[in-house]
Amino acid sequence: MGVKLLLEKANVPGIRTYDVYRREGGYAAAEKALKEMSIEAIVEEVKKSGLRGRGGAGFPAGMKWSFIAKPEGVPRHLVCNADESEPGTFKDRYLMEFLPHLLLEGLLISSFALGSNDTYIYIRGEYAWVATILEEAIIEATKNGWLGKNILGTGFDCMIHVHRGAGAYICGEETALIESLEGKRGNPRIKPPFPAIQGLWMRPTVVNNVETLAAVVPIIKMGGEEYAKIGVGRSTGTKLISACGNINKPGVYEIDMTISVEDFIYSDEYCGGIANGKKLKACIPGGSSVPILPANLLLKTAKGETRYMNYESLSDGGFATGSMMGSGGFIVLDEDQCIVKNTLTLARFYRHESCGQCSPCREGTGWMEKILQKIELGKGESSDIDLLWDIQRKIEGNTICPLGDAAAWPVAAAIRHFRDEFEWHIQNRALSQTSNFGLQHYADPIHVPA
Amino acid sequence: MSLEFNNEQMTEFNRLVAHYPEGKQKSALLPVLHLAQDSFGGWLPTEAMDYVASLLQIQPIEVYEVATFYSMYNLKPVGKFVFEVCQTGPCMISGSDNIIAYIQKQLAIKPGETTKDGMFTLKLVECLGACGYAPMMQVGKIYREHLTKEKVDAIIVEYRMQIVALN
Repeated sequence: MGVKLLLEKANVPGIRTYDVYRREGGYAAAEKALKEMSIEAIVEEVKKSGLRGRGGAGFPAGMKWSFIAKPEGVPRHLVCNADESEPGTFKDRYLMEFLPHLLLEGLLISSFALGSNDTYIYIRGEYAWVATILEEAIIEATKNGWLGKNILGTGFDCMIHVHRGAGAYICGEETALIESLEGKRGNPRIKPPFPAIQGLWMRPTVVNNVETLAAVVPIIKMGGEEYAKIGVGRSTGTKLISACGNINKPGVYEIDMTISVEDFIYSDEYCGGIANGKKLKACIPGGSSVPILPANLLLKTAKGETRYMNYESLSDGGFATGSMMGSGGFIVLDEDQCIVKNTLTLARFYRHESCGQCSPCREGTGWMEKILQKIELGKGESSDIDLLWDIQRKIEGNTICPLGDAAAWPVAAAIRHFRDEFEWHIQNRALSQTSNFGLQHYADPIHVPA
Repeated sequence: MSLEFNNEQMTEFNRLVAHYPEGKQKSALLPVLHLAQDSFGGWLPTEAMDYVASLLQIQPIEVYEVATFYSMYNLKPVGKFVFEVCQTGPCMISGSDNIIAYIQKQLAIKPGETTKDGMFTLKLVECLGACGYAPMMQVGKIYREHLTKEKVDAIIVEYRMQIVALN
């Protein structure tokens, strides 16, 4: 069993309610932070912890906090990004659904450290019942004096507001989220100015992911240094991984980032192996945007070393032979899955979710979908593969926000590692929808459980 | 149909607007559009959007541009129950294609259509964040997960019974 800092109490009956959460030691970290610690000390602990943003970018949270501007007389805001929409990712939903008070406690400590009297949780619109759970928890926390005016007699006022989005992946990007929170279309803003200077209503704003803010609780409880001892290198603490696809035990797992990818997939404590006795073909280890890896490169790096579930190891080899930790959305594909079809559904997703602001993304995502559709339907030509490659290169890096990159990477990685599967589709047009390229020569050295 | 919030809906409207600072009431637009859609039959006719604009003291165009941007707002009438089936990668590799085909067959409609009796609409959507519980669909405010053909049949019957019980 690995260390559990966030989900340790997830299975305690009634932990969703204030009374049980409090009885299990909840809000002790908030009490410590508000009563015994200075704002500077809290920020210092978060910096020392090495906590990196859990939404996907992996930016050091303490550093992000230290950028916030503090102009005289201007309110500041903390915004919790609960717009979880990256395909393969459903960890924040789990955390909010089962441990709403853990998030609220993290939000309270963070709001105190940042000086936010009105903190917003921007939750994706589809998680309607989760929004209700959070609102109920806020009422309980307010009744018990953890939110509202003059919390614990410190003179600090804080209210947490739940704001439901309405179905737009782009609102997970922090400036699009802010636009959406202002009642507008989710079009990302040009940076600078960064939200830390001019964010929500042009006020200094910090936007953090749900898991990042929840992790502040154990950091305050145990101290930043102790937290940093868990994990390895710059991958400190624990990470929630939402595992899905063709595995025996899909679900949300907390790992301490020292476990190997192979153990994560095959051990009974986590994914429990590939479903239906099939073989592993490929995996998208960090949410749909990150590069897909064939089984051999997933389990071992190009240097032949064991690959581990942490930021550094997953990205070992760069995009040529590695991938990314991303949001922790771990999508496993078995031998029956078609890479062209899978890439097509992801390309369609990004075309649907492009806000339309930048032409490379608006036009390019549509073209990529159409060409992939053509190949999948058995109408592809050999020049289409190079055309796809060319389009994705023209999107990457040429847009205001990272959605362009996120749309380009899955297509690029699929071609990079599975080019012969694309070629097979083009050469075997009649078979392209009914049968499958299968494992072919990816089969070695693919792991076969004993 | 008169397009105005009743007292209860007005109380909810005021609660939603109160979350934002004075003068920033436009921020409540997304939550208020959800309320309007729930209150006015599951979709947003132009009158409903104009009404929301007047309540929030903003221009109607500011509402239209938002309502057309976000996928959860329906801009044409829908059935009483909208089956929003996820078709993105993780659901696809877990068999969502078969589920979508089966629902089409059982309800005799194509994606985007509503059954003649006005009961069901089928909508194909992108990732809903339930990848570990795939295949899945959203119906109203809840998720129906781990779908199988048998489960789809049972769900259709369940909603038909709900309507019978109401009548």
